[in-house]
Amino acid sequence: MSQAVPAGQKLWSGGKSPYNVEYGKLMMWFFLMSDAFTFGAFLISYGSIRFASNSWPDPNHVFRNFPLIGEMNIPLAFVSLMTFILIMSSVTMVLAVTCGHNNDRKGVIKWMIWTIIGGLAFLSCQAWEWTNLHSEGAWWGSIATEAGSHFLNANGSTPTTNFSNFFFTITGFHGFHVFSGVIINIIMLIKAWRGDFDKRGHYLMIEKAGLYWHFVDLVWVFVFTCFYLL
Amino acid sequence: MSEVHVDSTGHAEPNFSTKAIWKTFWILLFITLAELLLAIVYYEKHFIPKHMLNGLFVIGTLAKAFFIIAEFMHLGHENKNLIFSLAFPAMLFIWFLIAFLWDGDSYNNLRNKYDSHYVEKSKTPVGKNPGVE
Repeated sequence: MSQAVPAGQKLWSGGKSPYNVEYGKLMMWFFLMSDAFTFGAFLISYGSIRFASNSWPDPNHVFRNFPLIGEMNIPLAFVSLMTFILIMSSVTMVLAVTCGHNNDRKGVIKWMIWTIIGGLAFLSCQAWEWTNLHSEGAWWGSIATEAGSHFLNANGSTPTTNFSNFFFTITGFHGFHVFSGVIINIIMLIKAWRGDFDKRGHYLMIEKAGLYWHFVDLVWVFVFTCFYLL
Repeated sequence: MSEVHVDSTGHAEPNFSTKAIWKTFWILLFITLAELLLAIVYYEKHFIPKHMLNGLFVIGTLAKAFFIIAEFMHLGHENKNLIFSLAFPAMLFIWFLIAFLWDGDSYNNLRNKYDSHYVEKSKTPVGKNPGVE
């Protein structure tokens, strides 16, 4: 499925990119690789600590709340909504990139607006999640350990602050990426609206911003699995 | 939306179809819902061992990652050199993962063996179960 290269053309003979992409796009991919290793290292350290522990808080008990409905018990419903929102915003981003390929300025503006709304919605959900957990006694360096706490380990024993430290650090680092992605998308929207890309002749910058946004979604898929499912 | 158009560099290339994008979206949604269904059914009735459930979650996550990278980020349609330049370090990552999880497990085994205070503290229930007074 790679792009067709004329027969006999040697990719590594110099004069053109052996990857057949422009410089900025290649650099974005390499940056995303480095960022993937950073997140990967965080998640692997989380995994190491969990493997080193006899028991761990049960996600079905920790993540059972949903905004506006009080003390109902629906495990994982809220995080499912957050995952759906982020995946949808990835879809709208791809649609924006596609419109960019067709030099459709109005389409790019429309889909970028939806992507930004999706990103802001996700951040709001994450803020609610953090506030909710904090009100129940979890934060960096603290976790509710008394009988009846929803943070008790699955085998009933006293939880350590490992859980809350890792949760807030990793979801915080991810949320920071979502936030910076929203800022970048807003800048892309303004540039598209002003006609900067029409003047330039191509919408490649939207594509690069799109790569960053998809990366943010990709990381969430792993974070969601590690903290809420496993 | 699959007619050929000429891009800014003057080369003719196929239009990026939105059909593949929506197809990928439905696949991602389906996998996520399947994972959630598994999690909820397991919560009500432990129908398979936990580590088997975890294995299914990991497979689902890797499938989602593959589709996001290949279709949303378009890497599946790029030059083979680029794909491999990114995939090769990722393969080294698998070794990183296994090594550290194995190490964590070894630490746990050693601690259980030599630290009786830890064994007692980490296996004595505080209350009945999480969330129960």
